[in-house]
Amino acid sequence: MSAFLAFFATLFTSPFFSTDFGIVILDLLKTLALLIPLLIGVAYLTWFERKVMGAIQLRKGPNVVGPFGLLQPFADALKMLFKETVTPQGADKVLFVLAPMLTFGLAIAAWAVIPVNNGWGIANINVGILYLFAISSLGVYGIIIAGWASNSKYAFLGALRSAAQMVSYEVSMGFVIVTVLVMVGSLNLNDIVLAQTHLWFAVPLFPLFIIFFISGLAETNRAPFDLAEGESEIVAGFFVEYSAMSFALFFLGEYANMILISGMTTVLFLGGWLPVLGLSFIPGPLWFIAKVVFCLFVFIWVRATLPRFRYDQLMALGWKVFLPISMAYLVVVAGVLEYFGWLPHA
Amino acid sequence: MSDTQVTGVPVKRTVEIDNHTINFGPQHPAAHGVLRLILEMDGEVIERADPHIGLLHRGTEKLIEYKSYMQALPYFDRLDYVSPMGCEYAFALATEKLLGIEAPERAQWIRVIFAEITRTLNHLLAIAHFAVDVGAITPGLWGYEEREELLEFHEAVSGARFHANYFRAGGVAKDMPAGMEADLLAWTERFPKFIKEVEDLLNANRIWKQRTVDIGVISAQDALAWGFSGPPLRASGVAWDLRRAQPYDKYAEVEFDVPIGLHGDCYDRYLIRIAEMKESVKIIRQALAKIKPGPVKIQDRKFASPPRAEMKRSMEALIHHFKLYTEGYHVPAGATYTAVEAPKGEFGVYLVADGTNRPYRCKIRPTGFAHLQAAEKLTKGHMLADMVAILGSLDIVFGEIDR
Repeated sequence: MSAFLAFFATLFTSPFFSTDFGIVILDLLKTLALLIPLLIGVAYLTWFERKVMGAIQLRKGPNVVGPFGLLQPFADALKMLFKETVTPQGADKVLFVLAPMLTFGLAIAAWAVIPVNNGWGIANINVGILYLFAISSLGVYGIIIAGWASNSKYAFLGALRSAAQMVSYEVSMGFVIVTVLVMVGSLNLNDIVLAQTHLWFAVPLFPLFIIFFISGLAETNRAPFDLAEGESEIVAGFFVEYSAMSFALFFLGEYANMILISGMTTVLFLGGWLPVLGLSFIPGPLWFIAKVVFCLFVFIWVRATLPRFRYDQLMALGWKVFLPISMAYLVVVAGVLEYFGWLPHA
Repeated sequence: MSDTQVTGVPVKRTVEIDNHTINFGPQHPAAHGVLRLILEMDGEVIERADPHIGLLHRGTEKLIEYKSYMQALPYFDRLDYVSPMGCEYAFALATEKLLGIEAPERAQWIRVIFAEITRTLNHLLAIAHFAVDVGAITPGLWGYEEREELLEFHEAVSGARFHANYFRAGGVAKDMPAGMEADLLAWTERFPKFIKEVEDLLNANRIWKQRTVDIGVISAQDALAWGFSGPPLRASGVAWDLRRAQPYDKYAEVEFDVPIGLHGDCYDRYLIRIAEMKESVKIIRQALAKIKPGPVKIQDRKFASPPRAEMKRSMEALIHHFKLYTEGYHVPAGATYTAVEAPKGEFGVYLVADGTNRPYRCKIRPTGFAHLQAAEKLTKGHMLADMVAILGSLDIVFGEIDR
């Protein structure tokens, strides 16, 4: 593995890649190297979810298309491709088509700054966490636009719910992130991971870790906060009118967002690519993937276990429980760090 | 002409924001079949709920007037298709009452056993769907898994999983197959473990409680006034159970509790169903201990067909068989209202006989109709998501409401 990496290291340090054209090519290659595994990951996350839920619910899950149903995601993709895209009467056509693209595009774009290994992020920028935060907040636009453009009451209700929900959870998520920043003293995701070399932030910031993960569930519209799509109440919520590939984009966007939130959780709290118990012979990216998969498993586990919140209960949880706790914890952490002189760059 | 032109000064206007209406169903995942609800909503809050029914109307009552008594019975399977034998029971008892006959001991025990199996079947589905409506999918699928075992018992005695056509006036269609009693006993030992699992998942689940406690509350008085029966009535604290109040068949000889709730909310209605399943298991165990071999239908050949072997030898038997399955039996003129404690509540049949082989009138009292008519009372002021929970907790099935 290391010889393999060394080969690429020498290849990419060749003079060609320092020319302007070479830099563009290198960035494109990097993007592809992240994007392709990511998209395959999204496809197989749907398979993974169905298998895990199947096991929990005493079913088998997909097991017909290919061995263990492994080709199921591709069969589904083909089905979606060949279906007709139906645009409802009275819909705003441009926005209607734009919304799923926006959702999916943003879910993918956020990955630019996630470091899979030390220095492996496509863009190792100093404001990485702000970028992530900004992109994930933009995600709500896709949903609102979809709900508005569909010209359907169900879709509109779903969009309204989603907007309220995402806004309220973003606030406490922001405070959690600020606490992490105070601990690290940097907005760079790479630095955030390196700061956890001795102790993952999940340990000292345990309550915040939980709040972040739960807010992540709300942010991605996953159960028990899936009331933007609320199957049994508003049918499918904001994407009730979507079909074929435009539906598939929403679907994939949701799963890409799940992976993104898991990735963020991993970077902020679970030590990113850092090995567990000093098992450093396993390469960093594999550790990163393992931690992300664990988070995703919890996502699915929660979905199979819990009933759905009601709209007002969800808002109450966000504003009355998470926000005070995360604010108070921020103050306490900052105070402790200041008192003991542990503040970074102090 | 605007207001300013008339008076010269701008008129202060208030803007009325209209409520919006939502057409909930008939194609809706939580419509429990074909319910159409017109919801007038203020944002997410329900101001008015107007149930429109009749989309599954098949004219069952009228059809029955043109069928012999034996042919009429299968229609009852198709009323409350979630608990078919619960409906059959009422018609079989009503016919027996008009005929003045009584089923033999063993048949009565079998009917008690299967009425309780049906109750369990129904409550499993009710809780499963209730949970799914509230957003917990797993108990739903567990419930279906468990139902499958019970449906196998249905299939073993009648050959059909749902539309059993098993209870007849004067007994049951045929005896239970050999070994069935042991299978049932084994099931009664396994099943409580399953109930425990569902309870572990839901009873103390905070989200489940937030979604169901104090939602759709109805007081005992109101519940009676709206004609509630069965679990929704008992959840409001009225200990009214026809199996206890006016026992039919062998219900007088079994010991069981009638669980009642205190609050009359969705959570109580859920707990009542869980408790009733436990009582059903108790009843089935007692019935299995007391049941003895014997005939399973009345020995009067005018009302129940002779065994196949007898028909090979006896001309009389052959004639009886022919008469029974063509003309059917004549029922002396009279009228009866016979009700049973079906899983969903009081399921009654008002049967008028005019002395011919067909009912003159057969009015069915469905259980869900009374529960559904309180939909507006229960949901008013609640949110859209609560409405789904309330509908789930009422356990309505359109086969019987629309008939």
